[in-house]
Amino acid sequence: MGVMETKRRVPKADQPPPQSSSLYANRVRVYPRAVRGLDRRVKWAILAVCLGVYYVTPWLRWDRGPGRPSQAVLLDIATERFFFFNLEFWPQDVFYLAGLLVLGAVTLFLVTSLFGRLWCGYTCPQTVWTDVFMAIERWIEGDRNERMRRDQRAFGLNRQGLDKAWRKLSKHAIWLAVSFWTGGAWIMYFADAPTTVVQFWSGTAPAPIYIYTFLFTSTTYVLAGWAREQVCTYMCPWPRFQSAMLDEQTITVTYQAWRGEPRGHHLKLDAAAGARLGDCVDCMACVHACPTGIDIRDGMQLECINCGLCADACNEVMGKLGRAKGLITWDTLARQNARKAGRQEKLHLWRARTFVYLGVLLVAISAMGVALAMRTHTAIAVAHDRMPLFVRLTNGDIRNGYMVDISNKMGRPADYVLTLDGPKGLTARPAGVMHLHAAADSILELRVWVSAPPESAHGSQRLLFRLHNLTNGEKVRYESVFLGPK
Amino acid sequence: MPTKIEKDEYTGKETTGHEWDGIKELDTPLPRWWLNVWFVCIAFAAVYAVLYPSIPLGTTYWKGILGWSSSQAVAKSVAQMNARHAAFMKRIGELPIMQVAADPKLKEVALEAGRIAFAENCQPCHGPAGVGREGYPPLDTNFWLWGGTLPDIQRIIEYGIRSGDPKAHQSQMPAFGHDGILKPAQVTTVAHYVATLFGIEKPGPTTAAGYKLFQDNCAACHGPKGQGNQSVGAPPLASRVHLYGDTLAAIEYQINTPRGGVMPAWHTRLDAGTINSLAIYVHALGGGE
Repeated sequence: MGVMETKRRVPKADQPPPQSSSLYANRVRVYPRAVRGLDRRVKWAILAVCLGVYYVTPWLRWDRGPGRPSQAVLLDIATERFFFFNLEFWPQDVFYLAGLLVLGAVTLFLVTSLFGRLWCGYTCPQTVWTDVFMAIERWIEGDRNERMRRDQRAFGLNRQGLDKAWRKLSKHAIWLAVSFWTGGAWIMYFADAPTTVVQFWSGTAPAPIYIYTFLFTSTTYVLAGWAREQVCTYMCPWPRFQSAMLDEQTITVTYQAWRGEPRGHHLKLDAAAGARLGDCVDCMACVHACPTGIDIRDGMQLECINCGLCADACNEVMGKLGRAKGLITWDTLARQNARKAGRQEKLHLWRARTFVYLGVLLVAISAMGVALAMRTHTAIAVAHDRMPLFVRLTNGDIRNGYMVDISNKMGRPADYVLTLDGPKGLTARPAGVMHLHAAADSILELRVWVSAPPESAHGSQRLLFRLHNLTNGEKVRYESVFLGPK
Repeated sequence: MPTKIEKDEYTGKETTGHEWDGIKELDTPLPRWWLNVWFVCIAFAAVYAVLYPSIPLGTTYWKGILGWSSSQAVAKSVAQMNARHAAFMKRIGELPIMQVAADPKLKEVALEAGRIAFAENCQPCHGPAGVGREGYPPLDTNFWLWGGTLPDIQRIIEYGIRSGDPKAHQSQMPAFGHDGILKPAQVTTVAHYVATLFGIEKPGPTTAAGYKLFQDNCAACHGPKGQGNQSVGAPPLASRVHLYGDTLAAIEYQINTPRGGVMPAWHTRLDAGTINSLAIYVHALGGGE
């Protein structure tokens, strides 16, 4: 029996709990075994897509005209702009980010309520990079048994010791290279990629680029190389509240206990003794394949990321033994309970919970879609003077002062007509109808004074600023107030 | 309290020997990492106390061998900031004020510098944002005694009004009532006429008599229609804005014993850059011509 057979955290029921129980658990090293199968192939495919999108996106170009960033996706902190292909977001558009987060959260809820923690098992960056790092480890140090054997040897100036040394050294070197590439790619989302690469290697990049590249290189190396499943078990909040989304109708990776139990690997001996055994031959293939080092046969548990690698491992064994595949399969708790009782039950994928999630998701998508479609490239904001609220002129007129900000969110200059609508007989400085010009991607600040004769300037009245963008035809307005003596 | 060292049977640890109602305390040492952090903090504090101001010594204190002090640090950063502003302020002071106002970058700096200088020097009399009060003219409306163009404002700030400076604006309204130029009844009559100029009284027989008196005594400075004259600092009377009140009593008081405020000559206290900045700021308050 190797270290892997020691169960973690769960005390055996027939042993009394230790007198002084510690909150600290030593990490049991996990040596996942390579598996082949459908789930593994899907996992590779999703991994390739995710990493491809991540590494390639900063290098996509998008022509926005001269003097403007030509990177398709760029979060430009210095100029406070977020460029996404043909869209350009300003800081005041930050609610789109809130919408996107709502969308992401509800999608996660929906998918989890239908198919369990697919996010954890297939697309979470922690899973994806850990998978890459494990593949590198396997390529250099061999599969599970070889790695375990080698780890028990000592470093030294003999054949075995040197063999261990060069393999460990090259593994960490490649890990660091991948980490560096990952951390470097992250920076590219915030600064023009080709420029930054040249600056980086010629030593002329700003200090933050080096600092953040180092930071994200080290986090990738530590999290994917060393921390691995501990991130999921101890650091991530998602496993803690996933149970709120899961129920007995959720499809998850499941061990069909009714078919597998009682387990046993002395088939012929036990059969000869007259014992009736289930399909599980207790070969531990599922446990050895698990990247978080758990036993799926114990049922659903916090550490399970729903990746299905145990199912692949089990299917391989079942195939060799000539037994039906799918002893570990994707199924719901309700159906398993029915099978246990000898009944068949239909899938109930669509239930109140999933309809609610889907409804919220559709509402969020529609709201985001409408907001994006109705998005204007012209914005006007008007601030009424606070001190003084109004001023009396020598002819008795009442004058109010305003600071008008006109945002031109287009990549080209724009012309505007600003008109005012308010108390009777109002006059404005610079003029009642103002012809304005704003440079590309800029804010035009304008001081406007509005006066009204004393007979029409009592109390608080509505003053409407109407802005017509002549360049793209958009019309926006801002409702302010005109204040006078009571 | 007895302090007999004994071993706890259950955990095998020593107790502190203290006992309260049968409850004993285990002598558990502090965690090693915690102690180490604590020792590092003590070492840090010792080094810090030598390098930096730390220990009170009666009326003085240990100043530290680095000689650092927070007030010096502030003074240094203020000096750095001033040095950065100095180049701008120098140009703002050297150029003619119209040229400063025409340069967007200089104007931006001047407006900000003017805002701060206004709050420090002008606000006590002219009020926040130049709203003015009785005897102190408002600066945010179109009521100007000596002119509201940029050069006008700049000159007033530089040399003041009745400040004693040779280049200051100078004017004095005769005390028509007090010195007997007009009889008390005539003062009242002309005051009624002046009240019609800004609409607190309707024209009538009294005001018609006042019209005659006004043209003979007042129109020379205040203009035949009471529109004022900026070259002699005569305020417009046909105005809804008044320096010393807009009631009949206030008008009579001013005809009897006229008052005229004093504005200091600021060139003795402020540099040219600050004065130009102030002029640009005041001009932008809303009344600038």
